[in-house]
Amino acid sequence: MSKKRKKPNLKIAIPLLLALGVIALAVWYLRGVHIPVMQPQGEVAQKERDLMVFTVLLGLLIVVPVFVMTIVIAWRYREGNQKARAKYTPDWDRHRLAEFTWWAIPFAIIAVLSVVTWTSTHSLDPWKPLNSSAKTMKIQVVSLDWKWLFLYPEQKIATVNFVQFPKNTPVDFEITSDSVMNSFWIPSLGSQIYSMPGMSTHVHLTADKNGDYRGSSANISGEGFAGMKFVARASSQADFDTWVQSVSKSSSILTEDSYARLARPSKNNPHAFYVLGAKNLYGTIVMKYMDHGHVQSEAEHDHAKPGTNEVPEESNMPYHDHMHMEMSQ
Amino acid sequence: MILFADFLGKLSLDALPDDPITMGGAISMPIIGLAIVALLTYTKRWKWLWREWLTTVDPKKIGIMYLIVAGVMALRGFADVIMMRAQQALASGDSSGIISSDMFQQVFSAHGTIMIFFVAMGILFALVNMVVPLMIGARDVAFPFLNATSFWLFAAGMVLINLSLAVGEFSAAGWLAYPPLSELSHSPGVGVDYWLWSLQIAGAGTLLSGINFLVTILKMRAPGMTLMKMPMFVWSILVTMVMIIFAFPILTVTLGLLILDRTLGMHFFTAEAGGNAMMYVNLIWAWGHPEVYILVLPAFGVYSEIVATFSRKRLFGYASMVWALVSIAFLSFIVWLHHFFTMGAGANVNAFFGVMTMIIGVPTGVKIFNWLFTMFRGRIKFASPMIWFMGFIFLFTMGGMAGVMLAVPGIDYQVHNSLFLVAHFHTMIVSGVLFGFFAGIVYWWPKVFGYKLHEGLGKIAAGCWIVGFILAFAPLYILGLMGATRRLDHYDASLGWQPLFIVAGIGALIIAVGVFFQVLQITVSVLERKWKRDLTGDPWNGRTLEWTTASPAPFYNFAVIPQVTERDPFLG
Repeated sequence: MSKKRKKPNLKIAIPLLLALGVIALAVWYLRGVHIPVMQPQGEVAQKERDLMVFTVLLGLLIVVPVFVMTIVIAWRYREGNQKARAKYTPDWDRHRLAEFTWWAIPFAIIAVLSVVTWTSTHSLDPWKPLNSSAKTMKIQVVSLDWKWLFLYPEQKIATVNFVQFPKNTPVDFEITSDSVMNSFWIPSLGSQIYSMPGMSTHVHLTADKNGDYRGSSANISGEGFAGMKFVARASSQADFDTWVQSVSKSSSILTEDSYARLARPSKNNPHAFYVLGAKNLYGTIVMKYMDHGHVQSEAEHDHAKPGTNEVPEESNMPYHDHMHMEMSQ
Repeated sequence: MILFADFLGKLSLDALPDDPITMGGAISMPIIGLAIVALLTYTKRWKWLWREWLTTVDPKKIGIMYLIVAGVMALRGFADVIMMRAQQALASGDSSGIISSDMFQQVFSAHGTIMIFFVAMGILFALVNMVVPLMIGARDVAFPFLNATSFWLFAAGMVLINLSLAVGEFSAAGWLAYPPLSELSHSPGVGVDYWLWSLQIAGAGTLLSGINFLVTILKMRAPGMTLMKMPMFVWSILVTMVMIIFAFPILTVTLGLLILDRTLGMHFFTAEAGGNAMMYVNLIWAWGHPEVYILVLPAFGVYSEIVATFSRKRLFGYASMVWALVSIAFLSFIVWLHHFFTMGAGANVNAFFGVMTMIIGVPTGVKIFNWLFTMFRGRIKFASPMIWFMGFIFLFTMGGMAGVMLAVPGIDYQVHNSLFLVAHFHTMIVSGVLFGFFAGIVYWWPKVFGYKLHEGLGKIAAGCWIVGFILAFAPLYILGLMGATRRLDHYDASLGWQPLFIVAGIGALIIAVGVFFQVLQITVSVLERKWKRDLTGDPWNGRTLEWTTASPAPFYNFAVIPQVTERDPFLG
């Protein structure tokens, strides 16, 4: 058959060559770049990568036949096909076994994937502590406009846009927001989770290797959103201890007052290091939204441009009085 | 003077735009408006415009008006695309790109809102109005005046969203405006209010249309056309209208509550005083997920008609197709939580919604196999609607696989809100919805206007769209895996993202060439219409009732109401 055709079909050959060229170029480029989700550096990200690969392979069981069938059918039954072998049955519109097959096969594949989904969703639950011989370390995270604040309640230090922890140690990130919703994500280490005001979420992560990993917010949070990125550094236990020591000597102390200043909107903040002065700062931040009588910290004061919602000077007045004043204006 | 100032309230000259790009848009709108007014006056067309168009209740004319509005809005939404792609291709390292962060955020919020509510919904109702009454052998819709009301509510929403370009600002909180960001405390400007009211008004129109066409399809079918003899496009619209009736009230209430928060100081979704933003996220997606199927099911309907016609064969597995539609519609109401697996719900909840989501893949897969078997043993003519369909099959299947990945919570934790997600839903909406609607417009154009669109230019346009789409979105899948989140107006040069963003930008430019060819296709066809008239009424050798009447269809549709005895009543 191929002997007969002397000239290759340029209409097909040229786009095909172009496509292959683009794919080759893409592969060449991607060999040199870092793809964190595909190159996991921790247990959670590793499991999630494996889950992703498994799902793709399972999906190809449908995708490949569909592609092959589409090409073969479109080619063979095209109107201009001179070979009379292509049958034409204009009224043939049902076949019970065929239809049963393509209800059943996707269903079977989805059934397999459902079981995997159920078990993996439980094992990868961000709230679930990780199995490890090392003791879980607790780091509290607060998303602010537009930076990340990390509180180390055990080490009594605090950092901005930088977080360090020992490798092979499970870290329990306890996350809230003192502004709008954000999403806390370190792709190299795995699972992201939303940060929300007045609520605490958890994500348990661990790093297998020393390194600086990029973290960022994945949920739009306002003007400085693109600058809400941080460095997550995994180091040896000794390096971590030394680092904690050095931060503990910092002259900046994070008290409720300095926190209120920090919480004001600011963009592209540099890394900053504090001694944690305020007691249970994280609890205070979460609870201030839960306390219905007292709302609007100083930080938010600055944020809300006074329109109809002008808040009087005394910010600790009961809320219904607020409302009353607004209504009577 | 004082009275005048009081009347304007907070509105002052500050509300006018000050950056060159917005100013260009703001100035060009009144200029274009004035040019149209001048042209109408010069050609003495005011009376004609008022009588024939603005006060019409003829669904075919209303359909054309939907198409015009959606077409103009598509161009605006696409201008947003060019700005976003340019910004992300350039704003790396020291460069801050072409527009400010705030403007970038307004642009992507406007892009999503416009494309979903005013382009996709607009073309959907254009097709529904132009085709459904003809397809079921009816002379009109059930409630003609209500139908016109729906259109004018839609148009009013469109005017409001465009007004924001010239007076004030638009929302910068994303196309679904999650609180607390969209609350007065964090978005004190008028942008979110523009967003809320334009959607509220347009959404009311959509709900009324849903009721109208549900009644039309149920009550006004030609004698003999039982439900299981309806064309598949009519089935898809019937199911879609039921979904609209269930889903859109949720949108109305959700937007209403946020309006109450913002204008009357209530606390449904605020961070403090007992408000709960998570409630908003649940409610908006309880509407939002059915909404994406409200868009895609009609496109499935279009493909079903096109594949059968151009394969010159009956649609394979009709009953399967109907049940697939119905089960997709049902399932689409119990999957909304997959939009926020990362909000901290328990493993049982996440797993349930994940499993429900991937089950939707089954009926969708069935539809694809049925289309392929409609082509099997057919005589396939690759007219331009079929080119769109071929692009759809490949892209949609790939996007569907990405969708199944995202349905697994353990995978979603890693790619949620990344560009992987953005690439996935654009694959579904562009190849699924938009390609389907483009194909439908080309297919039914002769029935509405009386002449065919230029086929060659249409094929070039489809080719540019398919190639451009792959180049624009394949890099986004990879960028998502590289940790690039959506909606970034700037990123560090060291990340190695820029080359991929540049490729994506080139893809967008190729799509722009496709758009140019579509505009050219329509222009050339309009100019050639005199000698390209369709005198047969059936230019594609169609199978359904709309092809039995003349092209363009007379305003009464059918001189004699047809009698239907079988599924493909017109096998001319």
